[in-house]
Amino acid sequence: MTRWRDGLAQIRRYPSAVVGLLIIALLLATAIYAVTAIPYSEAQKLWRGGDAWQELPVNASPVWTDRIRGGEAPRTITASSDEVAVEREDLGAARLETTTLEVDFPYGDFPSEINLFLEAEFEQRQPFTRVHWRRPDGQEIPIEARRVGERDRFSISQDRQLESRLGFAPQIGLLTDAEPGTAEPDVLQGTYQLVIETVHFEEDARLHADLVVYGQVHGAFGTDHQRRDLAVALLWGTPVALAFGLLAAVGTTVTTLIIAATGVWYGGWVDAVIQRLTEVNIILPLLPILVMIGTLYSTSIWLMLGVVVVLGIFSAGIKMYRSMLLPIRQAPYIEAARAYGASGGRIILRYMVPRILPVLIPTFVTLIPTYVFLEASLAVLGLGDPVLPTWGKVLHDAQAQSALYHGFYYWVVSPAALLMLTGLGFAMLGFALDRIFNPRLRSL
Amino acid sequence: MAGPPLLEIEDLRLGYATERGTLWAVDGVNLEVRRNEALTVLGESGCGKSSLARTLLRTLPRNARTPSGQIRLDGREVLGLPEERFRREVRWVRIALVMQAAMNALNPVVRVGEQVAEPLRVHQRMGRREAQRRAAAAFEEVGIATDFLRRYPHELSGGMRQRAVLAMALVTEPDLVILDEPTSALDVLTQASIMNVLKRIKAERGVSFILITHDIATSSELADRVALMYAGQVVETASAEAFFGDPAHPYSRLLMDSVPRLHQEQPPRAIPGRPPSLLEPPTGCRFADRCPKAYERCAEPPPEVAYDTRHRVRCWLHHPGGRR
Amino acid sequence: MSAPAATAASAPGSDSALLEVDGLYTHFELRQWGFLRTGTVRAVDGVSFTLDAGEATAVVGESGCGKSSLARTLLGLHRPTAGSLHFAGSELSSLGRADLKAYRAQVGYVQQDPYGALPPFMEVRRILAEPLIVHGIRRRAERWQRIQAALEEVGLAPATEIAGKFPHQLSGGQQQRVVIARALLLRPAMLIADEPVSMLDASVRVEILTLLHRVQQEHRLALLYITHDLSTVRHYVDRAMVMYGGRVVEQAPVDALLRHPQHPYTEALLSALGDPDAANAGRPRPVPGGEAPSLIHPPSGCRYHPRCPHAMAGRCELEPPPPDFRPRPEHRVACWLRE
Ligand SMILES: Nc1ncnc2c1ncn2[C@@H]1O[C@H](COP(=O)(O)OP(=O)(O)OP(=O)(O)O)[C@@H](O)[C@H]1O
Ligand SMILES: Nc1ncnc2c1ncn2[C@@H]1O[C@H](COP(=O)(O)OP(=O)(O)OP(=O)(O)O)[C@@H](O)[C@H]1O
Ligand code: SF4
Ligand SMILES: [Mg+2]
Ligand SMILES: [Mg+2]
Repeated sequence: MTRWRDGLAQIRRYPSAVVGLLIIALLLATAIYAVTAIPYSEAQKLWRGGDAWQELPVNASPVWTDRIRGGEAPRTITASSDEVAVEREDLGAARLETTTLEVDFPYGDFPSEINLFLEAEFEQRQPFTRVHWRRPDGQEIPIEARRVGERDRFSISQDRQLESRLGFAPQIGLLTDAEPGTAEPDVLQGTYQLVIETVHFEEDARLHADLVVYGQVHGAFGTDHQRRDLAVALLWGTPVALAFGLLAAVGTTVTTLIIAATGVWYGGWVDAVIQRLTEVNIILPLLPILVMIGTLYSTSIWLMLGVVVVLGIFSAGIKMYRSMLLPIRQAPYIEAARAYGASGGRIILRYMVPRILPVLIPTFVTLIPTYVFLEASLAVLGLGDPVLPTWGKVLHDAQAQSALYHGFYYWVVSPAALLMLTGLGFAMLGFALDRIFNPRLRSL
Repeated sequence: MAGPPLLEIEDLRLGYATERGTLWAVDGVNLEVRRNEALTVLGESGCGKSSLARTLLRTLPRNARTPSGQIRLDGREVLGLPEERFRREVRWVRIALVMQAAMNALNPVVRVGEQVAEPLRVHQRMGRREAQRRAAAAFEEVGIATDFLRRYPHELSGGMRQRAVLAMALVTEPDLVILDEPTSALDVLTQASIMNVLKRIKAERGVSFILITHDIATSSELADRVALMYAGQVVETASAEAFFGDPAHPYSRLLMDSVPRLHQEQPPRAIPGRPPSLLEPPTGCRFADRCPKAYERCAEPPPEVAYDTRHRVRCWLHHPGGRR
Repeated sequence: MSAPAATAASAPGSDSALLEVDGLYTHFELRQWGFLRTGTVRAVDGVSFTLDAGEATAVVGESGCGKSSLARTLLGLHRPTAGSLHFAGSELSSLGRADLKAYRAQVGYVQQDPYGALPPFMEVRRILAEPLIVHGIRRRAERWQRIQAALEEVGLAPATEIAGKFPHQLSGGQQQRVVIARALLLRPAMLIADEPVSMLDASVRVEILTLLHRVQQEHRLALLYITHDLSTVRHYVDRAMVMYGGRVVEQAPVDALLRHPQHPYTEALLSALGDPDAANAGRPRPVPGGEAPSLIHPPSGCRYHPRCPHAMAGRCELEPPPPDFRPRPEHRVACWLRE
C-alpha cells in the first residue's frame, strides 16, 4: 500500500517522530532486556519480597543522590565468615570457635542499619554465641550472647538494650566515639571488627555468619520499604505497561473498527443497535467500573485488560469511525465490488477497513499511552495486579508509605518519569504520523 | 478597436515547486483579449489551463513559484503590482474568476445571496443593503428567481449553483470574467442554458470572457477567438472561424477529427499517445512524438509564428521555410 | 401503466432477447429517523425494453432522470419495486444466492468516475484479482494469466508494469481502462456502462468509447451505454432510448433517433448540442425552460408537459401518453403528438 510506504518514508523528515521512535525503541529494548534478564516467574517471586532482599537497606535512595547531597553516602558493606579464618580452641566436651569479621568504614555518615545473619549447623544442641564489637580505637562493646538457631539473625540496630547502653541508636553508637547524648555525633572512620565467639557442643557443628552494615543508598533507583530494589519494578513495569497499552489499543481499535464498519455496511437495525449500545456505553464511566470489578472480584491485570477492551469496543470511537466510513460506503468502488458479487464480510474487511487504517494509525499510536496511564491509575488506586511489578504499583507503594512526606522523592519520580516518557514517545510519534497520514493538517 | 487590448499576456511562465523539481505548468504563454471579446482556452487535462487562470488572478497554491513575464491590463503592467493594490484595483474589480468546480465549493451554511454579495462587501466595502440589491440584480441577470437568494447551496440544483457562482463573478461588474470549466459537470441541457446566459451577458454588457474548457463543442459556443494549449504552451491562437474552419497546427487538426459529432458519417478518431510530463517536457516540439507530420526540425523548440492576422501557430511546418 | 402490453407488442425478437425488462419500477422511500416516510422517489417508473445478445443500446437523459437507478436495478444493486427482469430466460428476483452470484459474473459494470471506482489502496493487480477470487478462482497462475489478458485487451501494456501501479499513478483514461478490464474479467454476456466517459477529459472520451465498442463487438456483448450526451451515441451503439422523469419516452435505432427525433424532449436534447462551429457563438440555443421534473412529485399526465412547447392543453397534463406510439416503423414514442 503506497500510503503506508510513502508515510513510513516520510517519518524521517519529522524530528518529533524520530525522537518519539527513539524513545519507543528505548522502552522496547528495556522491556526485552527485562523479560530476558528476569523471567516472568522470577519477577513475580522477587516482587513478593522476603529473604532475597535481606542484604539491601530499607528505603535507600538511589546512588546518584550523592550528587545532589554532596559527599558520598554510606554504601552497604558485608562481611562473611567464609572469607576469614576461624580460630579453634578445644574445651574438651565443647569447642570454642572465634571468627573475626572486619569492616572498613570510610564514610562520613552512619549506616542505616546493622544486621548479623547466622546459620548454625548442628544435630541436637544449639551452639552458644557471644558477639562483641571492636572499634578502631580499640574499645570493645559486647553486643549479645545467646544460643543460635538454624537460621538466626541478630538485629543489632534494633537492640533496645544496646541502645540504652550506648546512649545512641546502635548503628550510630557503634560507629562513634562521641559522648552519649551528643546531638550530632561524628563518625569514627576506620576498621571495625565484629568478634563472634561460638561454643559448639557437637563434633560437626558449624556456624556461618554474615554481617551486613547497611548503607543509605542503593543502585540506580533505590529500594522501597520492603528492601526491594525498585529497579526490578521499574524494569519489569516496562513490558507490562507496553503490553497492556498495546493489547488494549489493538483490541479496542480493531474490534471497534470492525463493528463500526459492520454497522455502516448493513445499516438499518444493525446500525441502530450499535449506535444505541455505544450511546449507553459512552455514558458508563470506565474507571468506576474497573474499580468496582477490582474491589469485588479480582485485580488481575488480564481481567482488567479484558474489561477495558470490552468496554472500549462500543466507545466514542465507533461514532468517529462511522462518520469516516459512511462516505466510503457510498464509494463507487464498493458498489463495483457488490456488482461483481463480493460478500458483505469481504467488503467490510477488504474494502472499508483498509481505507481508513492509515488515518487510524496516529490515533492508535496516541491511544497506547492512555491505556498505560489507565493501568497505572488503577494500580495507584490499589487495584494493580497483585503479583506483577508495575510502575503504578511502585507509585501506589510510595503513596501508601507517604514517600514524599519522608523525602523519598525518587520513589515517585522514577515511575512518574517513565510514564511520562512513554506518553511523550507515543504522543510525538502519533502527532507526526497524524501529519503524515492526514495531509489536511499538513501545510505544503 | 482602438487603444491597447483589455488584457495582454506576454511570455508568462508559472512553475510549481515539487519534490521532483520545478513543474512549469505555464511555459511562455502569449495571449490578448480585447474588449467585449471572448477567448476560449482549450486544452486537455493537465495542460495548465487552470494554472493560467490562477496566475491571472493570483490565487496560486503555496508551492507556486513567482510567475514571470508580463500581464498588462489596459496597457498597464499588473503582474508586478503589490498584493494590496492588486486586491483593491484588479481582483474582482476588473477581473473576476469562476473557479473550476466552484459550484461545489459554495459554503454550505451561508445563504447563497450573501455569498453572491460577498465580493461587493469585501472588494468594494459596500453596505449590506446595497450589496443585497446588487446581488438580486445579478441573480436576475443569470436567470434565477430572486427568492433563491435566501436559500442554502444544497437547496439549489447543479445548474442553479453554477448560475449562482456566475452571478458572484458578475456582481462587481468586472471587465473580464474568467470561467474555468463552468459547464463540465453539468448535463447538456443545463450546459446549453448556461452558455445561453453567457452569450446574452456578453451581448448586453460588453464584458470580455476567458472561457477555459477541454470540450471543443462547448468552446465554440462562446468563442470569438480560441487559444489551444498543449503541455503548458499555447500552440495555436486564432479567430473562431479560422480555428474551427481551417486550423493550422497538426494538433488542432487531429483534435477536430476527434470530436464526436451528431451528423457525420465518419466515426471520430482519438489522437494516439499521451501528452508529455510537464516535469521533463521534450526539448523540441512538445507534440512531436504524437504528430504525424513531425520531421527533423521538430527536435528543436518551435517558435510562435504569425500564420495570419491575429493567428499564431507554434509549429515548424508554418515557419518560413518550414515543410508545409 | 400498460407496460406489459408494450413488451408484448415489441415481441418479435424476444425469444433471442438476453435481457427483458418489463414494467420495471424502482422507487426509493425517503425516511426520517429510519422509519417515518416522508416521500417516494420514483426513480425508475415503468420502464420496458429488451436487449438482445450482442446488441448495444444507449440510455440518454438529463441528470436525475433515473438512468443510474435503472442501471443499478439491472445490476441487482437495487431491488425493483415492481416489474420483471428476465436475463437469459430466468427471472432475476427468483434467483437464489448462488445463481445471483453467477448472474453478477454475467454482467460487467463500468462506472462514471474511474478514480472512485478503483479502491485507492490496492494495486491494479490486486484490484483485478478481486473479482476472480470472489468467483472462486484459486490458482494464482490462472488469475494472473486472465488479468494479463484483460489488461492487454484494454490496451494497457506492458501488463506487468501497469499491474504494479496504484490507481492514482494512472491517468484518467488508464483508470477507466482498468475499470473496463475488471468488467470484462469474468467474461460477462452484458456490460452496463454508466456515463463511462463523462468524467474524462474530452481528448480521451473517444478513445474509451472506441475501446468499449471494440470489446463489445469482439465478445458480442450486450451493452447498455448510459449517457447524457447524445453526440457520443452515434457510431457506438445500435439503438438508443431516451429517458425522462423515470420513464422511457422514445426508443429507436440510433440513426433514426438522431435524424428523425419523434419526441419533443429528444428534439430539445438534439438542439441543445452542436458540432463545433464558429457560428455557434452568435446564436442562443433553444433550451426547454424550467427544471428537470421532480421524481417525488412528478408532473401529471406527460411528465414533459410543463416544459414542452407543443403541449396540448386538456390532454397532455391529464393523461400519460402510452410508451408505444409508432409514428415511424422503428420508433416507439410516448407523446400524444404521435398518437
Ligand atoms: N499545486 C501544484 N503543485 C504541483 N503541480 C501542480 C499543482 N497544481 C497543478 N499542478 C500540475 O500542473 C499541471 C497543470 O495543472 P492545471 O490544473 O493548470 O491543468 P488544467 O489544464 O487546468 O487541467 P484540468 O483540465 O485537469 O483542470 C498539471 O500537470 C498538474 O499536475
Ligand atoms: N438510494 C437512493 N435513495 C434515494 N433516492 C435516490 C437513491 N438513488 C437515487 N436516488 C434519486 O433518484 C433520482 C434518480 O437518480 P439517478 O442517479 O438514477 O439519476 P441519473 O439519471 O443517473 O442522474 P445523473 O446524470 O446525475 O447520474 C435522483 O433524484 C436521486 O436523487
Ligand atoms: S405528450 Fe405532450 S407534453 Fe408530452 S412531449 Fe408530447 S406534446 Fe409534449
Ligand atoms: Mg483545470
Ligand atoms: Mg447517474
